[in-house]
Amino acid sequence: MTAPRPLPRLDADNRPFWTGGEVGELRIMRCRDCGTFLHPPRPVCRHCLSENVGPEVVPGTGVVDTYTVNYQKWHPAMDVPFVIARVALDGAPGVYLTTNIVGCPAESVDVGDRVRVRFEQHEDVWLPLFEKIA
Amino acid sequence: MSLSNEAYITGVGQSQIGVKLARSPLLLTVDAVKEALDEAGLSIGQIDGVSTYPGRVAQMLGFSPIGADELIDALGIRATWYAGGGEISSQLGAVVAAATAVRAGLARHVICFRTVYEAAALSRPDEFPMPRRDRVDGFSQWTAPFNALSAANWTAQYAMRHVKKYGLKREQLAQIALTDRAHAALNPRALVREPLSMDEYLAARMISSPLCLYDCDRFTDASTVLIVSAGTAVNEVRCTPIRIAAMAGTVERHSWDQAEWTASYATGRDLWTRTDYRPKDVDTVQFYDGFAFYALTWFEALGFCGIGEGGQFIEGGRRIALDGELPLNTFGGQIGAGRLHGFGFAHEAVTQLRGKGGARQIKKADPRLAIATSGGGPLATALLLARD
Repeated sequence: MTAPRPLPRLDADNRPFWTGGEVGELRIMRCRDCGTFLHPPRPVCRHCLSENVGPEVVPGTGVVDTYTVNYQKWHPAMDVPFVIARVALDGAPGVYLTTNIVGCPAESVDVGDRVRVRFEQHEDVWLPLFEKIA
Repeated sequence: MSLSNEAYITGVGQSQIGVKLARSPLLLTVDAVKEALDEAGLSIGQIDGVSTYPGRVAQMLGFSPIGADELIDALGIRATWYAGGGEISSQLGAVVAAATAVRAGLARHVICFRTVYEAAALSRPDEFPMPRRDRVDGFSQWTAPFNALSAANWTAQYAMRHVKKYGLKREQLAQIALTDRAHAALNPRALVREPLSMDEYLAARMISSPLCLYDCDRFTDASTVLIVSAGTAVNEVRCTPIRIAAMAGTVERHSWDQAEWTASYATGRDLWTRTDYRPKDVDTVQFYDGFAFYALTWFEALGFCGIGEGGQFIEGGRRIALDGELPLNTFGGQIGAGRLHGFGFAHEAVTQLRGKGGARQIKKADPRLAIATSGGGPLATALLLARD
């Protein structure tokens, strides 16, 4: 049995991010005045303090900036090992996502690997998981 | 330098350190308070301030069961200033707050405490229930959905960058745990009294690569107290006062995954802008090691070696042993002595500067200067402590 993943509570700020996968879009909040990408999403720009911000679709590809292979069962139903990675997103400078690299052996992931988003729906949330680009 | 405007750590105290202790967390705190008062020669009536991290956390009582206000009421303290909360630069931020308060004249003698009850609470879920949440929010929403549930996972990713970018080897990182455990064997209060060998370390199971079982502290029940006294009141204590020569603390993005560096690096840089002392003047370091990798980063962050050179700096372990040039975590750190959560490092720095380390006292004669740190993820604090 695979343990259910804890899911985010949706609100006005995070809904575009967590539901973009329904239409295949990875959306990152961006300031429309100065262009800075803002993650986690907030209703104000951390660079110029503008409130003229909104979600922008990014390519959905990126690079493994760092990662870890988790071996510890944090609860009994957890399947291990699995890869937790920090992905630097293409087209959104300075933004990283914590995610899982799926669809390959855990031992085969490395820093610098090119990856592409693969959404996985859980209830009303589309989790942006990533897989290696062959 | 006007010494009357300085802040000092005077009495320090600690309860027993254990796992699944029956004694209540308030009484463990009282044990540590009494020991600290006794060392300082102060009475509870002379205490007029209380500071703690992170205050009572109702959703996670084992993590922090006692708040400042409860201790004030329980001990009949007449507080002219107090504070307790988690939104500060990690555990020793509570000491920074107290030092700032006594320098501002808001209090004369402040009890700073950190009480942990994580092992006992886990074993008594009826008394210490874990809340069930349908959904996660705040910072957790960016990690928990990907089963990055533990700080071990978040920390491991910083450690992996050191492995890949700077060539950090397991045999190098091992020196933190090996040193901790060697020193803990000399500390009668330490949770784990048996030394650890390199072979045992290398054979340990991985928790979250590159961190293995022995790179992690574990749930502990204990309380640690540090009394921070004003320069104008320090003549009232009978123990040797230890001056807080400089302090620094910051946050590096609130989330654990958007920052390139842990907060220790900015904190380390800030510390040296606030003092004329230099790293070469330091006699011993007590570095936060909730995960061993943090201790390694503090050597880099505080300029004892270059960025990325921490692994080479501690390689072989000679340099950071009791008789080395820079003894580390002489009480055993959190990996050896138990997860005291930040306060153990300042407690030990004071103990060493007073020459009271007993079997674990560093071999240098007349130590004058020590550093104690806490945190190392997105939050960090460093204290430079001096015996004048």
